[in-house]
Amino acid sequence: MSLVFAGIASHAPGITGRANLVDPAVAQEFHGAYRGMAQRLAAARPDALIVVAAEHFANFFMNNMPSFAVGMADRYEGPIEDPQWLGIPHTAVPGSAALSRRLIREMMQTVDLAYAEEWKFDHGIMVPLHFLTPRFDLPIVPMNINCQGPPLAPLHRAWAFGEALRRAADSVPERIGLVGTGGISHWPATPDSGKINEAWDLQFLQRWQVNDRPALLSYTDEATYRDAGQGGFEIRTFIAVAAAARGRGTVEYYRAIPMFAVGCTIADMGIGE
Amino acid sequence: MQKFLFDINRNTGVQRQYQADLTGLLDQYDLTGEEREAIATRDIGLLYVLGANGQLLMHYAAFLGMPWADYIAAMRKGISRYGPVRAGIYHMTTAMDEKVAGV
Repeated sequence: MSLVFAGIASHAPGITGRANLVDPAVAQEFHGAYRGMAQRLAAARPDALIVVAAEHFANFFMNNMPSFAVGMADRYEGPIEDPQWLGIPHTAVPGSAALSRRLIREMMQTVDLAYAEEWKFDHGIMVPLHFLTPRFDLPIVPMNINCQGPPLAPLHRAWAFGEALRRAADSVPERIGLVGTGGISHWPATPDSGKINEAWDLQFLQRWQVNDRPALLSYTDEATYRDAGQGGFEIRTFIAVAAAARGRGTVEYYRAIPMFAVGCTIADMGIGE
Repeated sequence: MQKFLFDINRNTGVQRQYQADLTGLLDQYDLTGEEREAIATRDIGLLYVLGANGQLLMHYAAFLGMPWADYIAAMRKGISRYGPVRAGIYHMTTAMDEKVAGV
């Protein structure tokens, strides 16, 4: 039928794995915002959920790295990480190979994709699903933008990927939800973990909310690396969602939570024409 | 080194071999002496300095069962012992005593 929901959310492993190391009120507030997004997603009655993620070597490696990949399986699994460390049990996650195939065929009209009939989820997808589809009962179509192993696809290609995603979602009879997951500024998995450039984040979110394409595409990787850390490369997933939704965004929640190593974000975007 | 970390993080068969026959497992990878030593001695700090991608290393430290604070401390210890990160995009940008998340 069409895209019926679009949003962005943080996926840092600390959100679930280190929730016991922060003020319980802070964790509850953010988790509550995440569950709020789950309710809005459910209210849109999606038949499937596309998760645009920036994975961390659960599947794709520098020996053969796709800039863009789409899962095409009836079943996925995750997390690859130690479940106790992540705070999410290992589980099977439903997919739909048939839906994926139709989406991929349409997206390929304008974007060169890799597809994957095998895909293991890491925290980049498992943390969002833990809150958004906690019973793991909604078919997922995982999509990945390489944000880990440079050279990375330019931001305007992430935008084109989002446009293709929208066209594909509108071409199938199913009701499609979309969530992009990543961080804004962050320096994860280093001794800097917890460093967050809040001013940079808020400027990015402002640009995202008003769907300012030129401003969103104006970041260079050099400036992002300097100002927003290597984690900042994940803005590609948020940019793809803006390109797909074509609407105005609403930031429901933003708070820098150093123990979670990211400016924790929950935002929806209206579906534009 | 990165390939070893990639494989062990995602493949339970490799994880089992790690426990059963580490020497045989490491023989399958193109490792420098320093890399092999760092893996064999679980020296997270050295792996970090050698340029292991941070995400690969974080998942590996979780596989080893390291508590979060110990893992962060091990990377700092690596920097103080072996010097700055030699490759990749996961350089340390904070001061040694700057514990931004309290650990």
